[in-house]
Parts: sequence; structure tokens; C-alpha cells
Amino acid sequence: MEIEGILSFLASFAVMASIYAIFSLGLNVHWGYTGLLNYGIAGFFAIGAYTSALITTPKPTGVLADFVDQAIGLNQPFLVGVLGAAIASGLLAVPIGLLTLRLRESYLAICTVGIAESIRLFLNNEAWLANGPEGLVGLPQPLHGLVPPQYYHYLYLGIVLVFLALIYFALERGIRSPWGRVLRAIREDEVMADADGKDVFLFKLQSLVLGAMIMGIGGALYAHYSAAIQPGLFTGLFGTFIIWAMLTVGGTGNNRGAILGAFLVWALWSWSTYIVGKVVPAGLQTRAPFIRYILLGLILVVVLLRRPRGIIGEERQVSRF
Amino acid sequence: MPELIVYGIILGSIIALGTIGFTLSTKIAGFCNYSHGDLMTVGAYIALLVNGTLFSNVGFLQSKIGPLSFGLGLLICFLPAILVSAGLAILIDRWVYRPLRRHGAPSIHFDMVSLGVAFIVRGVIYVIWGADYHFYFKGVRSMLFLPLGIKLRPDEIFIMAVAWALVAVTYLFLGRTRVGKALRATADNPDLARVAGIGTERMITWNWAVVGALAAVSGVLYGIETQLRPEMGWLFLLPLFAALVLGSIGSITGALVGGLVLGMTQQISTAWLKPTYKPAIAFLVMILTLIFKPEGIFGRRR
Repeated sequence: MEIEGILSFLASFAVMASIYAIFSLGLNVHWGYTGLLNYGIAGFFAIGAYTSALITTPKPTGVLADFVDQAIGLNQPFLVGVLGAAIASGLLAVPIGLLTLRLRESYLAICTVGIAESIRLFLNNEAWLANGPEGLVGLPQPLHGLVPPQYYHYLYLGIVLVFLALIYFALERGIRSPWGRVLRAIREDEVMADADGKDVFLFKLQSLVLGAMIMGIGGALYAHYSAAIQPGLFTGLFGTFIIWAMLTVGGTGNNRGAILGAFLVWALWSWSTYIVGKVVPAGLQTRAPFIRYILLGLILVVVLLRRPRGIIGEERQVSRF
Repeated sequence: MPELIVYGIILGSIIALGTIGFTLSTKIAGFCNYSHGDLMTVGAYIALLVNGTLFSNVGFLQSKIGPLSFGLGLLICFLPAILVSAGLAILIDRWVYRPLRRHGAPSIHFDMVSLGVAFIVRGVIYVIWGADYHFYFKGVRSMLFLPLGIKLRPDEIFIMAVAWALVAVTYLFLGRTRVGKALRATADNPDLARVAGIGTERMITWNWAVVGALAAVSGVLYGIETQLRPEMGWLFLLPLFAALVLGSIGSITGALVGGLVLGMTQQISTAWLKPTYKPAIAFLVMILTLIFKPEGIFGRRR
């Protein structure tokens, strides 16, 4: 009984950590390999989650339609939802990239903040699209009938791990290819890469879109795991900042580091929720979660000051010539 | 509509004040400071703390000045707000940015660290004051009825007066004083400034003092105009950045014009859109600027 409880807890922990690892890999493409500042991961997260939700659910009918507003409902299978999420998220990155990638880095950063904030406002205010602040619930879970509900998260862990592995190996291949070398060259010295005849802007755009697509997949996987999404989830803290902390801790520019960081920081995050709940007096419980803002901020600042390469850090030579 | 324009000018004055600080720190510190908005929040909450605890039972400090909704107490509170925000900005520079400068870290790392700093500062505010809204004063605010159907609170006239006075002071400070000139020299070319005998580290400290002070005042003014909440500064960052881009980075005049245009656009948009969309409007203005004139109104095309 005891062991079963622990296993079950570990499995649901691993599902969330693996989903975050996917975001962390996406951010690694942006920041780790190309040096693009994406401060609006939450926006791609939200787009991925909502796109997949709208693709996989049917349009509400009967009594439900009185309570749930939903403009689109395609009732397609899970994999179509994930694919749609990746495409939608990638398409969102294109105009952002076209506008900002020729300018200095801060423009991309603030534009992604703006797009994330605008998406959240839009979903909150335009209830006709996806039920406004209440969000969508009862999203379909793939292969749900296969195992008893109490064991479902083991199955979902398998699904998430397959996605994580596919993305990991694809990125490892990509980054060790000539294409990946150009990305890293751009990060190190843009002018030099330009002088070598590389179209810096185009490579940056490809990197931005690729990372965004990975984040879209992460969003879809999250949506079908929690089975309920609302705009309030996709805030700067939960949707963006924690992922920056993960990548920075694990090792910027290293895919294994990105995954390690996701597991470590998510462990710290879950554990601190528990500890803070125990330690802080009852009267201050509502404020206690915010201690974790400080904690995450401190982690990010201290790692960047003391050990900018993170735990694993980038390999000196990633590909053989 | 005339009413919305007037409200826009008021909001624009606050944005302009914030943008001047933002543009200074971008030029002199050499990176985009994502914790700038949170320095505003700190100023606003320090004024709340001092006014609400130390001064709360002192009658003459709380009795309202003329038609305004607040007393002398809140006016005095500008001082601790400025001191704390400026002091905090200098301390953060000592602890965080200076070590980074020593390492010779690229400016993009400063951008990132400043995001971490922003979260720490906001976390502290959340823990101390909670997520609820706070107000400097309770009760009904008096209202002036002007021609053209414009309703205006005397507080708002006060806000504009303070904002523009401070803008003028900053302008004179940068243009006329030795420190101000040295600051601008450092902003233009740090190496040349150092050769000319200007202590650039000292100038950076001065920069943070000025930036913190401006942020604090705009924070308190924004608190008087609306209400205080921990996210106020962070959400203010979008209009600030939009105003910065619109008016060209580094230009004081640009910051003023950009701030005013942003404030008016945001307020006028409420005639058709829900007011909650204001941050998105700021974002839209920025996008349009990037499409049609990426160097801003007062910038030169490079």
C-alpha cells in the first residue's frame, strides 16, 4: 500500500517534470543554441494547450452548450491535437520573428512578453472562443479506456516520455548537424557568421519557430494531462519563469542539462509547496506560495553569477567534422 | 472623447516619467532592465507603508489638502519612497550587476538577470503585503466638472503637475549639472568618458539613484491614480517599453512624446474595447512602430 502510494506520487511528479523538460528543450533551442531571449514561453504554452483542446473536443451540445461557450470543436484524435498545437505555435512565432529578429535582442524579449500577455487577455475576455476565465474542462485523455483511472498517470507518463525522447533525439541530431553549428556560431558571434555568408536572420527565424513548435507540443501534453485549462494558468511565473530557472540550473546549451534542470527544479518546486505549507503559520498561508517567487529568482540570479554554465554545461565540441 | 483624451494625457504623464527612467537605465547601464517596473512597485508600497503606519494617527498629516483626496502625509511619503527605491537600485547594482560587469558578461546576460531580480522583488512585495489591492485613501474622491463634459479629479491635476515638474527637473539635471553631463557622456560612449576622467562606476551608481527615484515617483503617482497591487509595475513595463520604442531609445524628448501618445492611445481605446485590453493596446502600438518605423520617431535610421 505504502509503496503503491509513493510510486503513484512519483509517476505524477515525473509526468509534470517531463512536460516541463519539453519546454526546457524548446527554450534551449532559443536561448541555449541561438541566444534568443524568449520571455513569453507562457504564450506558446497557452496556444499549444488551447489549440489542442479545441481540436480534440466536440462542440458542446444540449445542456452543456448553455454553460460552455466554445467557437470551435473538431472532435479529432489526440495526435491531431498535438500536431495542430505544434503548427499553431510555430505559426505564432513567424510574425514575431519577422518583426524583431533584425533588431537587438531586447525587442524579441519584450515582444514575447507582449504576445503572452495579449493571448492571456484575449482568452480571458473573449468568452465566445473558449469559455473565458472558466476555461475548458473534460479534455479527452488519450487511451483512457485502456487502464483503470487510478493507474492512468502511469500510461500518460509513457506517452510523455515517448514525446520527450523523440524531441531529445531529434534535437541532438539537429544540433550536431551543420545547421546546428550555424546556430551556435550566430550565438557566439553574429557578425562573424554573417561574414561567413550565413543568412543570420533566416537561421534565427528557423530556430525561433522550431523552439516554439516544441513548446506548443508541451502545451498540448499539459492540456490533456490536467484535462482542464484556463487562461489564469499561463502567467509569467508558471508559464515562463520557472522554465528559465530549469534551463539555467541544468545547463544552458545542453539538452541533457535542460532535462535534468526540469526534474530538479520541479522537484524543488513541489517539495517547497509541501514545506512552506507545513512551516508557515495558518494566517499567512495565502502569502506563502509567493516565497517561491523569491526562491526561483534567487536560484536564477545565483546560478548566473556563480556558475553560468549550470550543472552540466555545454559540451566543448558537439560534433565531429 | 475629449474626456478620454484628458485621461490619456494624465496616464501619459505617468508613463512618460517612467519611460525617462527606463531610457536612462537602458542607455547608461547598457541593458534593458526588466525589474524597472518592480522598482516602481517598491516605491508605491513604501509610501503606503509609511503613510499607513507611522503617519496613520497623526491628524494634521491625514487631513486632506484642499480638494485633494490625501493629506500632507502622503506628500512627505514621496521622500522615503524615493530613498528606498534608489537605495535598492544601487544595492542591486552592487550585488548583481557589478560582478557581472567584472566578468565582462554580454549585455544579454544582464537582461536575464534583471528578470530574476524582478521576480525576487515582486516575491518580497507579495509576501509582505499579499496579493490584494491596496489604496492610499478611502472614501469618495472629489470631482471637478469641466466644460465639454470632462470630469476630472483634483488628484489628477496634482499627478500631472508633479510628473511634469519632475520631467523638467530631470531635463535640467541632465543638461545643466556636472553630474548630468557626465551621465550623458557615459551613456554615449563609456570608454571615451573614462578617458576624459569620468569615473564610470560612480556614474553608474548615480544612474541607478536617478532611475530609482524616478521609478518611485511614477509608482506613487500611479498608485494615487488607480490602486496598488504587486503586479502593477510588471504590467507597466509593456507601455513603458512601447513608449521607449516609439520615442527612440535614449531620447528624453522621445520618451516624453512616446509616453503621452501611449497614454492617450490606451485611454481612447477604452471607447471601443474593454479597459482590461490596455496592455495589449500598448503591445499593438509597439508592433506598429516596429513595422513602420523601427527606429522610433526621434531616431536615426542606422
